[in-house]
Amino acid sequence: MRLVRAAVLTTLAIVAAACQKKSASDTILIGHVGSLTGAEASFGTSTENGIRLAVEEINARGGIKGKRVVVKTYDDQGKPEEAAVAATRLITQDKVTVLLGEVASSRSLAMAPIADANQVPQITPTSTNPRVTKDGDKTRPYVFRVCFIDPFQGTVMAKFARENLKLERVAILRDVGSDYSVGLADYFKKKFEELGGTIVNDQSFKGGDQDFKAQLTTIKGKKPELIYVPGYYTDVALVARQARELGIKVPLGGGDGWDSAKLYEIAQGALDGSFFSNHYTHENPDPLIQNFVKRYREKFGGTPDSMAALGYDAAQVAFAAMARATDLSGPAVRDAIATTRNFPGVGGTITIDSDHNAVKSAVVLGIEKNKARFIATVNP
Amino acid sequence: MAPLRQLLRSFLPFLVGVPVLLSAQWAMEYSGSQAYTLLLVTVGVNVILAVSLNVVNGATGQFSLGHAGFMAVGAYTAAKITLGLAGFKLSFLPAAVSDQLFFALALAAAMAAAGLAGVLVGLPSLRLRGDYLAIVTLGFGEIIRSVIENMKSLGQATGLSGLPLRTNLVWVGVSALATVVMARRLSVSTQGRALFAIREDEVAAEAMGVDTTGYKVRAFVISAAYAGLGGALIAHAILLATPRMFTFVRSIEVVVMIVLGGLGSITGSVVSAVVLTLGLEALREFQAYRMVVYAALLIVLMLLRPQGIFGTHELWDLPFFKRRGARKDAGGAARAGGAP
Amino acid sequence: MTEFLQHLVNGLSVGTIYALVALGYTMVYGVLKLINFAHGDVYMVGAFAGYYLSELVGVRPPWADPPPGAGEVFVKATIVTMGAMIICGLLGYVIERFAYRPLRHRARLTALITAIGVSFLLEFGFQLSPLVHTPIEFPPGPSPRVFPALLERVGYEWAGVSLSNYDIIGLLVALGLMLGLQFIVYRTRFGTAMRAVSFDSEVAGLMGIPVNRIISWTFILGSALAAAAAVISAVSRPRIEPLFGLMAGLKAFVAAVLGGIGSVPGAMVGGLVLGLAEEYVAGYTDSSYRDAIAFTVLILVLLIRPAGLFGRFTVEKV
Repeated sequence: MRLVRAAVLTTLAIVAAACQKKSASDTILIGHVGSLTGAEASFGTSTENGIRLAVEEINARGGIKGKRVVVKTYDDQGKPEEAAVAATRLITQDKVTVLLGEVASSRSLAMAPIADANQVPQITPTSTNPRVTKDGDKTRPYVFRVCFIDPFQGTVMAKFARENLKLERVAILRDVGSDYSVGLADYFKKKFEELGGTIVNDQSFKGGDQDFKAQLTTIKGKKPELIYVPGYYTDVALVARQARELGIKVPLGGGDGWDSAKLYEIAQGALDGSFFSNHYTHENPDPLIQNFVKRYREKFGGTPDSMAALGYDAAQVAFAAMARATDLSGPAVRDAIATTRNFPGVGGTITIDSDHNAVKSAVVLGIEKNKARFIATVNP
Repeated sequence: MAPLRQLLRSFLPFLVGVPVLLSAQWAMEYSGSQAYTLLLVTVGVNVILAVSLNVVNGATGQFSLGHAGFMAVGAYTAAKITLGLAGFKLSFLPAAVSDQLFFALALAAAMAAAGLAGVLVGLPSLRLRGDYLAIVTLGFGEIIRSVIENMKSLGQATGLSGLPLRTNLVWVGVSALATVVMARRLSVSTQGRALFAIREDEVAAEAMGVDTTGYKVRAFVISAAYAGLGGALIAHAILLATPRMFTFVRSIEVVVMIVLGGLGSITGSVVSAVVLTLGLEALREFQAYRMVVYAALLIVLMLLRPQGIFGTHELWDLPFFKRRGARKDAGGAARAGGAP
Repeated sequence: MTEFLQHLVNGLSVGTIYALVALGYTMVYGVLKLINFAHGDVYMVGAFAGYYLSELVGVRPPWADPPPGAGEVFVKATIVTMGAMIICGLLGYVIERFAYRPLRHRARLTALITAIGVSFLLEFGFQLSPLVHTPIEFPPGPSPRVFPALLERVGYEWAGVSLSNYDIIGLLVALGLMLGLQFIVYRTRFGTAMRAVSFDSEVAGLMGIPVNRIISWTFILGSALAAAAAVISAVSRPRIEPLFGLMAGLKAFVAAVLGGIGSVPGAMVGGLVLGLAEEYVAGYTDSSYRDAIAFTVLILVLLIRPAGLFGRFTVEKV
């Protein structure tokens, strides 16, 4: 029993220590809930890096309203319940002004009601599911996003494939475990068929799978002209390699989940000739983008992926809104975020619409010689 | 008089517990602080999961790894019902009461559905022993998740969102109490004795005329039903049911809780569910190091105390409670269950 | 027909990896009756050990200029594979010695929890951002790393069916290791001792068999096998990350049970059957139900043959 008592006492001590709050009025605390561990840790870490970079920059410029910005991050291990508990803790105990997160829609959905109920604005960097900012038919008053929504990106690629590339037959390979991938695939399919194209096969895999040859062999038999793989780069690179190994020569298509230096590193040229939609391109000479890429490289090593760029944007939108807001109360900051117009973000010029979605144009990138090349801009 | 006393023993915890929970809920709402509500709900749900899994893994000595699957069945059943009934009201009742009635219905349906799933899995697979049972239950959990991810009507990978907030401290507390009382009553009943016999020596139990398969299936079904209850409660606390909440890692977490608490010990499960949940929350400051610390603690704890915190003992076996006489047994359960 | 044959090749290629990991599972289980939950993570560590070793010895890809000669490729590939096997063997020894041995006479679930603890420790430990940067970045952190091409991939195409030297080497290595294991288990003194410990460790101890040493060696062998599997898998699917052992471990466990856990040929057959079953299910039906159907097959097999395909069903005697 001594052990039990010791364990209980230790726990209590830790809880007590954890509950202590620093009462500092010369800082603004913002919260970030991300998956720093778990199957999607790679994305959560990127977002976190983007946010840290933004915080560093704003503090170097003297902070907001003369106050330093401090970010507090909690890990949710990729679990919705954990995201909800972490969001509650950030809001009620740490008293954050703005909540950033999560990468995946299923976890943002768990946080959104909490942000609403406590009147703390939440900006999700990359949750693309339309339902994240919706509560039934109403728009959630305190939830915003700085990324595309699924319908937009799926539609963009479907139009590009049908109208620019003049393709007839497309196969889909979707990540059934990811709401992002399923969303893109569904809207792509809808639009592509609307435009008169045929989806010859609709296969799926699960994020983290090592082998995709079963699906690809079947797809090969259907002779598509493009394979739409709206997954994350971690899987897509392997899909591309295995497609080439099977002798599939048609291009692949995808979404912003592709954007990462790792994609090219793993694919080793297997993606040449493929296309994906994205928020921006690294080669854009805009100093804003070049500066971001350069500073990110210096601080973290490696090229930022779209998760990092959007994390950076989410933080920047929040900072700009806080600077504009009359005071730092939840409703005031919320109103400021809602009136964001033509904000120059790394991932495009952001205007928040009445549904709290970011209205911005997409770019379609083509991959040549293992590098992304700008092809077209698509406006919403 | 004896049956009445028996009945009273089961209800005593609720007679004590419900007013406490009601006042706690009222205090939370009155102070406007929801800071700890969700955390307490998580603790309570983990208690329900741990104690119910303990009926199979601890009391019966079978090894089930499919608790998350049953949670999913319960969560989705309840979510479908509350979403379907969202527009309806019983006009002769105040809106709040009518909502709560519907939620009670949803919870009951969740338990029934999870129990049914328990029958479907249990009947064929409980003929298997040990690790074979583990792999079958694990496989079942993965099948459930896979099916959900493919069903348009269940929201696929995104799941069902926009559930109404129904879970509160009273629901969770009463459910946790009910689970503890169930486990306690079970362990002192004929059924419980049979389960212990199966755990100690299945062959001998069978030779003594115990219908081992029957008892095992029944234990399995009860456990599954309560897992469904836990799933339904957590879904209506975070207003979301998604396949990611019910991965096999979730099942493993519950197994860790009961082994750490002491296999077969009800209070052990309760204490360990509470300590582990709060402990992990306290470690949140450590960020990515949190799980490393957790893993290291797990190994060290198991090496230092292989029989678990409580071993097979119960809180009410302690001399402190013994002195007050055996009649207070159920009161002990209330105290232990009242922890969340 | 072409498609059918292509699926066959793919299925065997995946099944080979399952089989290799399952061999380690089955050995440990056969001797200790312990589900070594950390086995999948040992497999993961094997891949990272190979990754770091090839950084240290400076593996040059086949498309480097000038391309590495055959001798260089062979020497470096051997160093990397053997090194990974030795590192994992040591890891297996450490895990057994400090996490499992103290609990050997306790309830089996107790050791399972430490196994889970070790598994979490490896998974989450490897997900931390790098603390050491030279000579290697360790821990690797959560984002995937690219496993270097130890060997040039040579693709063959025959009547529309494509396969590569990776698949062939993998299958040959797996078969070789299985035969080797079978030889060790049934033809050597060590194997006899292993089987004796498996049958009854207490009596084996009384007969003068060094039980601890036998168990240690079993772990070392099993973990080294996992490392070999990891290197073979990583060369053809060069994305490695801290969690990629989780699913592989689970599948290998399923394969081991399918074949009859404790049986060496069973693990091999179980792995191949599982690989093929998944492949054909994903290829010819709705592929999104791939995992579900794999598990359904497993459950059906277990219901018909409760001890697996190759397991001997023993009637429990009193």
